[in-house]
Amino acid sequence: MNYAFSALLLGVLVSATTTANAIEFNQVQTEKSALTFVSKQMSVPVEGRFRSFRGRLAFDPAKPAAASAELEIDLVSIDAGSKDANDELAGKAWFNTKVFPVAKFVLTSVKPLGDNRFEVAGRMTIKGRTQDLTAPVTLRQEGNSATLEGSLVLKRADYAIGEGMWADFGTVANEVQVRYRLVATAAAK
Amino acid sequence: MNTMSPTPSSAPDPGTRYGGVAIGLHWLIAIAILGSFSLGLYMSDLPLSPQKLKFYSWHKWAGVTIFLCVLVRLVWRLSHRPPELPDTIPAWQRKVAAATHVLLYLLMVVIPITGWLMSSAMGFQTVYFGVLPLPDLLVRNDELGERLQQVHTLLNYGMAALVVAHLGAALKHHFIDRDEVLARMVPFLGNKPSHGDTR
Repeated sequence: MNYAFSALLLGVLVSATTTANAIEFNQVQTEKSALTFVSKQMSVPVEGRFRSFRGRLAFDPAKPAAASAELEIDLVSIDAGSKDANDELAGKAWFNTKVFPVAKFVLTSVKPLGDNRFEVAGRMTIKGRTQDLTAPVTLRQEGNSATLEGSLVLKRADYAIGEGMWADFGTVANEVQVRYRLVATAAAK
Repeated sequence: MNTMSPTPSSAPDPGTRYGGVAIGLHWLIAIAILGSFSLGLYMSDLPLSPQKLKFYSWHKWAGVTIFLCVLVRLVWRLSHRPPELPDTIPAWQRKVAAATHVLLYLLMVVIPITGWLMSSAMGFQTVYFGVLPLPDLLVRNDELGERLQQVHTLLNYGMAALVVAHLGAALKHHFIDRDEVLARMVPFLGNKPSHGDTR
């Protein structure tokens, strides 16, 4: 049984290495990807998501240092649970989407952590404010397709999201849990 | 003429008044419902603000609290026979009064549940005092949420109508019929309990 297990493990490792060497994921499948978040209102977790975003990705798991990526999120596509909330979030105190319609993430580096996990660093721009951000990413590879997912905690005050009467964290917490899933396929070269 | 004479003190007395626990629960719940109802009416038309989110949370906490108190009250009511109504009250009035009470109890149980359900359906969990999360009984469904909101509102107006009738009847008994019906439920009002009263 030990032999069988070792053989199986070896087989998995070999196939993983061989495919990883050859493949670059660069076709983002937006409709399979998702960008959701959980905010806390009066200690109540409330889920939301962005319906519209697009990305550019070039990622070879075997050469993480060479990776490049950019993600653009249409902030007006937010769905925070109710029409009232969506209208409010488009306003000046929150995202001010008339002036800043798009949030942008630009990848600067990828650090492999082993076991298909990576630490992605980049610059996040929301509402005209840019912050350095690191994001954990787990890779799941199925043939020609890769799923990159993870979650991070974003502090809304870092980007002046929720100003004025909303600035107090007593009703809406500063910490927002952001979850991302990016599905990309490899284009034939 | 204006005060009722105590019931004859011979036989073991079923009591002419509700007991302290029943009276306490009645008025506690009455005040809580009045407050929560008014807050609900007021907050729903407010523009979105931190204050509105607070009001909604308070309204939900009040609803859960009322629901729990009503459960205690129901158990108490079912295990403690209420005082008899005065003999002067005709049978049809007894029936109407009993039906009103049953409906009020029913609504006091059902209305908080519809609030909880609508909250779930709208994707906003109820977290009791910001500490104890209640399970979401429904998955998010905006359309269902809106329909449940209508049900919650309609039932509340129904209850308001019943409360007005309940209050009107109590005042009529006190000021027009001048009997002891209201005094059964109001501390320090008019008639004294007979000496055999243990309720």
